[in-house]
Amino acid sequence: MKPPPFTYHAPGSVDEACTLLGTLEDAKVLAGGQSLIPLLNFRLARPQHLIDINRIAGLDRIYERDGGVAVQGLVRQAMVEDSDVVARVCPLLTDAIRLVAHRVIRNRGTVCGNVAHADPASELPAVLLALGGSVVAKSVRGERVIEAGALFAGVFETTLAPDEILVEAWFPSSSKPYAVIEESRRHGDFALAGVVRAGDQLALFGVAPTPVLADRLDPARGLEPSGDLEASPDFRLHLVRVLTAQAFAA
Amino acid sequence: MKVNGVERAAPDETRLLLSDHLRHELGLTGTHVGCEHGVCGCCTVLLDGAPVRSCLMLAVQAEGHEVTTIEGLARDGGALHPVQQAFHECHALQCGFCTPGFVMSVVGLLAQHPRPTEQEVEEGISGNLCRCTGYASIRRAVTRAAELNSSPLVGKYPPKAGDGA
Amino acid sequence: MTTRWFGSPVQRVEDDRLLRGKGRFTDDFDEGALECCFVRSPYAHARIKSIDATAARAMPGVVAVYTAAELPFGGVDLPLLIPHPNLTHGRTQRCLAAERVRYAGEAVAFVVAESRYLAEDAAELVDVDYDPLPVVITPEAALAAEHLVHDDVPGNVAAEMLQEVGDVEKALRAAPHSKRLKLRYERAAASPMEGRAVWARWSAGDRKLMVYDSTQSPTSIRGGLAVLFGLPESNVEVIAPDVGGGFGPKIMLFYPDELLVPYAAMQHGRPVKWTEDRQEHFTAVNQERGQVHEVEVGFDGDGRVLALSDDFIHDGGAYTPYGIILPIISAAQLPGPYRIPNYRVRFRDMYTNATPTSPYRGAGRPHACFVMERTLDAIAADLHLDRIEVRRRNLIQAGEFPYDVGVAWQDGNTVIYDSGDYPTLLDKAIAKLGPKPPGDNVGMGIGIYVEGTGVGPYEGAHVQVLVSGKVVAATGIPSQGQSHATVWAQVVADELGVDVGDVEVTSGDTRRFPWGVGTFASRGAVTAGNAMHVAARMVADKAKHIAADHLEAAVEDLELSGGAVRVKGSPDRGIPLGAVAVLSNPVRYAFGGGTEAATQFAAQPREGPPLRDGEQPGLEATGYYSPPGSTWASGCHAAYVRVDPKTFRLEILKYVVVHDCGRVINPLVLQGQIEGGVAQGIGGAFYERLAYDGDGQLRNASFMEFLMPYATEIPSIEIDHIETPSPLNPLGVKGAGEAGVIPVGAVLASAIEDATGMKITEMPLSPLKLYELSMLKK
Repeated sequence: MKPPPFTYHAPGSVDEACTLLGTLEDAKVLAGGQSLIPLLNFRLARPQHLIDINRIAGLDRIYERDGGVAVQGLVRQAMVEDSDVVARVCPLLTDAIRLVAHRVIRNRGTVCGNVAHADPASELPAVLLALGGSVVAKSVRGERVIEAGALFAGVFETTLAPDEILVEAWFPSSSKPYAVIEESRRHGDFALAGVVRAGDQLALFGVAPTPVLADRLDPARGLEPSGDLEASPDFRLHLVRVLTAQAFAA
Repeated sequence: MKVNGVERAAPDETRLLLSDHLRHELGLTGTHVGCEHGVCGCCTVLLDGAPVRSCLMLAVQAEGHEVTTIEGLARDGGALHPVQQAFHECHALQCGFCTPGFVMSVVGLLAQHPRPTEQEVEEGISGNLCRCTGYASIRRAVTRAAELNSSPLVGKYPPKAGDGA
Repeated sequence: MTTRWFGSPVQRVEDDRLLRGKGRFTDDFDEGALECCFVRSPYAHARIKSIDATAARAMPGVVAVYTAAELPFGGVDLPLLIPHPNLTHGRTQRCLAAERVRYAGEAVAFVVAESRYLAEDAAELVDVDYDPLPVVITPEAALAAEHLVHDDVPGNVAAEMLQEVGDVEKALRAAPHSKRLKLRYERAAASPMEGRAVWARWSAGDRKLMVYDSTQSPTSIRGGLAVLFGLPESNVEVIAPDVGGGFGPKIMLFYPDELLVPYAAMQHGRPVKWTEDRQEHFTAVNQERGQVHEVEVGFDGDGRVLALSDDFIHDGGAYTPYGIILPIISAAQLPGPYRIPNYRVRFRDMYTNATPTSPYRGAGRPHACFVMERTLDAIAADLHLDRIEVRRRNLIQAGEFPYDVGVAWQDGNTVIYDSGDYPTLLDKAIAKLGPKPPGDNVGMGIGIYVEGTGVGPYEGAHVQVLVSGKVVAATGIPSQGQSHATVWAQVVADELGVDVGDVEVTSGDTRRFPWGVGTFASRGAVTAGNAMHVAARMVADKAKHIAADHLEAAVEDLELSGGAVRVKGSPDRGIPLGAVAVLSNPVRYAFGGGTEAATQFAAQPREGPPLRDGEQPGLEATGYYSPPGSTWASGCHAAYVRVDPKTFRLEILKYVVVHDCGRVINPLVLQGQIEGGVAQGIGGAFYERLAYDGDGQLRNASFMEFLMPYATEIPSIEIDHIETPSPLNPLGVKGAGEAGVIPVGAVLASAIEDATGMKITEMPLSPLKLYELSMLKK
């Protein structure tokens, strides 16, 4: 379980990173590495080039803008967890972060990396979707904003272009009432199914190839979740109904 | 990179994991490798004071940072660190393989929560697997360590993002 | 014997180095060792058409790539460790498969390179052409025998064994009530935090092989390597250094690497190391627990069992290197603490295309206990009787020991319980459990078990008092975390009247003690513990004899205390043990450290030659202990659980253990063993499973999907003890290592059934499984 060979790049600026990403074939961005490095160790990912963005200065700010909170590309999940700004502006995000793996993982893992990884069972993409947030993507071609609703394309797939880096995620202020509830086998595991409530909005995770918005009165409608060792499609639909009821009873 | 206070060169081999660098290049074999996919926590070290998985970092990424391993907690032959002492008193280790990772996680936990609640203890050690103890003695050890707490790392952690700054 | 240390919660002497990161585990040894990686079969069953390692061999940094063709022992079957007359079709694998692979993960080629990174790169270049064959993956499929795992093993049956006590058919016919149950237990994995590892160095000059091995039996590895390589045993040294947990599978030998690493070291003139990674651990290391039982029980209106018939199949895996110990133990231990007047058990050990099986903590017992306890719950349910009362009515009573169960035990004898008090265990557990917590969906579960511990054939120990007065002790059996160094120091310290901190124990190092068996079957305290006692007593006697001359006192008037031999009643008249050690070795030269007292011209010469007939120099002795039979530990676990009716999340509200392992050497250590065992049991009952698909692929070979519990999943456990000393050994001890895990599946099944009203007939469970059962109920 050792990473396969790759060429390592450690750009010092976002522009430099974008240039590398725009010119190198088969390159992957390394942020917190808490998902990518296991994939390398299992040799399930074997990119030719690894672009480590951790040396980029000035990409680790959390700040308020446009009635929400912006989290830059190198902000670790633990920083968000401990952030007073986040707790004040978007406490839903604070609650959700605490469900992401374990503190030791959150010390290294980034919010933007988590979103860009687009694990269908991950909490943060669903939070972004429920809140109607957005991300900022950068490339040599320029910068663009992608709404959460247009970001997630499939299992581990986003609409980020191959040459784009996700440099910021913006979470709108969480309107009350809000809740994030999930069912997982062990504390910190990926959810078998989960729900995020933001006011009247409901987003589900773990039950479709991407996080999805759903109708609180019939949350399982139209869903065709996959089955795995710990949850059958049926059980996932059942959990969605149970968790939605809990979220809206709160 | 600085490892246990000593300046060390980063390896030439860029794919070398930090865990392998510590163990096999620097001879710091107290950091153990139990799964190499970030679940078991045996390889936990402090990076600039915060516990992280050394199997989920490339060694070159530690360049410019301070790494503290289990060997860096107590001076050779000197008194044990309060967390180590508490683990001893509470029989919180059996085979000792997961122990360095637990100790480093608990050092981080107590830096964050010097007087942890029951739930904080539980969650604070929930990223580490132990197959021997059943965790009860480790929970007791964390509570005991908080009593003994004179953690030299208190105050250095957590690293706060510049909230709006 | 004084009992200053025996029975005290002495804090561990092992801890300091482990806490400082100064422990020495096998992978910690380096010395510029070459590193290795296996090429393993991706198929559960396939014919190997060809293997081409040309590209791998050509890769820079690669030292060698071995296939069976390159090995002098490539055509030799690995040993069948424990033969048995009923194992009519025993089969073992070869070091590297050449023609056929029979489980996913079976070793095919072995790469030796400058680093593990390069070895893994090269392994990817080894081109193996497989022709996949039909796969037999469950024991039921093995029994159906549509396909064969071994062409020459008809019906996939490795072994069959039938035993009967009494007349089961007659008793079943006569019984007022009867019931049939089908019960299933899945495979499980021990998953120690340290995987397996082997490091070897060959010193060509003096033809010496030195091996560090994360094994539970270094003495056996040494014996085997000496045979294989044609070396005197004295030229082979095997050390199990710190071992990061074993829990059974590290007793298995030989794994292919245990031959290949030493062989490669002999070939290349450099130390060679192989360290298993977690992914390969899941398929390359032995597993166990897969069994399907069909039970028929006859009982009376009071719930007393009149006859029990069990016919079970055991998932043996692809090979039977460890013989049929597991089903033998299951068959023997199934009646547990209950009086079963007519008992018949048949098992068939089935070949499947899965990793071979050998003991994992509990070894055949958790499943046996599950079957017996499920049966008693079913009887209680049928008769609308209280589950506890049904158990009470069937228990063997305290006055019935020794109790002969009448079936075969793993040591070749029959099962004879030496001592115990099962009704008291039950009463204490129920009292400790207390009233049912309020709320809905809460259930109570209970399980009682006995465990045959401390099996032979023997262990030995060497104890020596140094001239410094410190004591060193050694035994062949290694530690895998059970605190051996502490508890044996306690035993030795009591015999020699020294401080426990003055006794340094070395275990599992053939340089220090070359004979012995290994750590398994909850046998360390019984076998090596008593051997330590024997050796220390011999040393004490020798010390008294030597001191008697100098103190001018009779041997019977001497005692050892406070680090000295003293005249009883005259505490001032004594001689320090260190001085006795000096005197024990008559020397020609006074080289310091008090040796002038032991020269022939010393102040107090004694009569006769310096060494009298039969005397040996040194204040040391080697002693052995060979148990006449197993010691039978026992315990009762009880729990309250809550099962969420919607999410089927399990919450263990209270879990109590009352345990009896005879005399307790160290309650702190014992508590740790039980807490850890129960946690492992909870993992096995509700979180962990080995999910093989129909193609024989293990679908969850990582800690992300094989759900070992974290602290958040394990409750606090309340423990109490009773002590019924074993009459079979001087210390009166029984084993305790496996106890905690044994009844947990049975207890949780009972509690979950009680909480949900759903019949539980299999292990492990999960929220998904409970959800599916609830759908069936609807």
